[in-house]
Amino acid sequence: MNLVDLKSHLAAMCRIRAFEEKLTEIRKRGTDIFGSIHLYVGQESVAVGALAALKPDDPVFATYRGHGWALACGVPPELIFAEIMGRETGVCKGRGGSAMFSAVQWRFYGENSIVGAGAPMAVGAAMSASFRGTGQVAVAAFGDGAMNQGAVHEAMNFAACKRYGVIFICENNNYSEMTPIAEMVGDENLYKRAAAYGMPGERIDGNDISQVKAAVLHFSEAARAGKGPALIEVMTQRLVGHYWGDMQSYRPKGELRQLAEVEPIARLRRELHEQGVSTEELDSIQASAALEIAEAAERAHQAPLAEASDARSHMYA
Amino acid sequence: MPEISSNLKKMNYAAAANAALARALTERAECVLYGEDVAKPGGVFGVTRNLQTMFGERVFDTPISETAMLGAAVGAAMTGLRPIVEIMFIDFSLVAMDQIVNQAANVRYVSAGTLSAPLTIRTQQGVLPGSCAQHAQNLEALYAHIPGLRVGMPATVQDAYSMLLAGIACDDPTLLIEHRGLYFGAEEEIAIDGPIEAVSGARVRREGDDITLLSWSAMVHTALRAAEALAEEGISVEVLDARWIQPFDWETLFASVAKTGRLLILHEANLTGGFGAEVSAKTNEVLFGKLATPVMRMGLPDVRVPAAKHLQEALLPQQEDIVARVKSMVG
Repeated sequence: MNLVDLKSHLAAMCRIRAFEEKLTEIRKRGTDIFGSIHLYVGQESVAVGALAALKPDDPVFATYRGHGWALACGVPPELIFAEIMGRETGVCKGRGGSAMFSAVQWRFYGENSIVGAGAPMAVGAAMSASFRGTGQVAVAAFGDGAMNQGAVHEAMNFAACKRYGVIFICENNNYSEMTPIAEMVGDENLYKRAAAYGMPGERIDGNDISQVKAAVLHFSEAARAGKGPALIEVMTQRLVGHYWGDMQSYRPKGELRQLAEVEPIARLRRELHEQGVSTEELDSIQASAALEIAEAAERAHQAPLAEASDARSHMYA
Repeated sequence: MPEISSNLKKMNYAAAANAALARALTERAECVLYGEDVAKPGGVFGVTRNLQTMFGERVFDTPISETAMLGAAVGAAMTGLRPIVEIMFIDFSLVAMDQIVNQAANVRYVSAGTLSAPLTIRTQQGVLPGSCAQHAQNLEALYAHIPGLRVGMPATVQDAYSMLLAGIACDDPTLLIEHRGLYFGAEEEIAIDGPIEAVSGARVRREGDDITLLSWSAMVHTALRAAEALAEEGISVEVLDARWIQPFDWETLFASVAKTGRLLILHEANLTGGFGAEVSAKTNEVLFGKLATPVMRMGLPDVRVPAAKHLQEALLPQQEDIVARVKSMVG
């Protein structure tokens, strides 16, 4: 990848990191945001790398850990903050919240708070693309834990038997919610399951954004050429709890310190620095992302609350 | 615009559903039809027979994966298709409850109307001889409980046609719950190719003054036979066919009960939490002062459904049970 692309990916990843950090700060205050928030801190390279490889109208189905996917799809941060703050200007006027919003204008077909449930929906979007002849490829992003859900198995078989263009992106962050995935499977090589469905499966290092982009590009081109779905197991990590407030007592001592060394933003900064980009420039990329996000959060905060008299609307056509 | 005129054609309930599907696939390029064994085999009850020959790859067979079938329907409906999915027995819809309740029903509201899921689930139910407890449940109340869904219960050959087309045209996720016992009933002359109805509206199937008998699906026919028998004894029974239980036509029901002062609700589903309980509660709230007797319900008692014919008959309200109950209310 060239330097310009890498810098723009760093900026996109820093925006997501800054968004999640700002969200945490607001959640801690306890006045604007309530309930659970599931953060994407540490996994930013996956959404940013995948979206860099996709076309602008490829539909994306994510999970409750989906703020990063929405931002990578181009949803303005102000509208996501507003959604999570229950504002009228939120993408779903406060009906989706942190864990279930969508933003179809940016082909973000939504988060999903049921583990694995987005996978068959993405298959449907690919089915739709196939009948309508649009050439779109659908993305289903989910965690390692979702690999143990029946919906995901059914979705993979259905897509493979019909050769629908779906990229199943399994973000393996090592924890199935709060339990090590290794303890919940007979074979930790989740990508190998693809072979059982008759589709390609590959495991990649998600902390290297170039690998993410290359894999998604490769399999999406194959899907567009009618070769059907693929499973990409992206090895990644979350640097925070399953949800904000998770004490993470299940993590081995020192794990977070080790992960901080390999996580994708630190890694990309090192890579860019090795290619001659100054620390000052890298810091300024990070700082302008933080500034943009802080301003977006403030504008969302200033927006009016979603109209309570409207709480029953949008039930039926 | 030329007025749409209807034609009369003689057919049975299964053929009427088939004709509705053929019309939807002809008129709507965005319709696809799929399910287990629906394409080449034409469905276990033959309802989708010949449709693959007529419409090619838009009618297709799927793996036995209800979650994938209905999840794909949600995703496809969100992105421009109008899928019609056959769930062979309503009992199998429970395998995919997540996609119906947590996904399809939420799409419009949670997205504040920016997305919709115009999909139709065609399925069937019924307590019928030899059908085991996993093939004989009447589950309409489960789905009527879920805001965001539409639920239709066609009782007549005409409605097997008209209500299915209404459901397909509806922009909300709709369950059309046919009755297996009605598929191969007598042929009737029905109006086809006419204007497509909205998803709503009960029908007065028989007018009467002494009591209102409300039912839906196959029980409507038992109610009509009971009304006939009661007429011979001088009791005038009004029979209402709810047709849609979501949305339910309260206006027609209340008008009838305001007139008769009595309401007996009949359904094949078991009583506790059945949709009759909701009808009873709401009628009491609205018409309490006008009721001559308490609202009563008849249905399957709260048991699992046995397979043997005589055991089923011992549990399901029969014509004579209904006659006796009406007499006790009117007498």
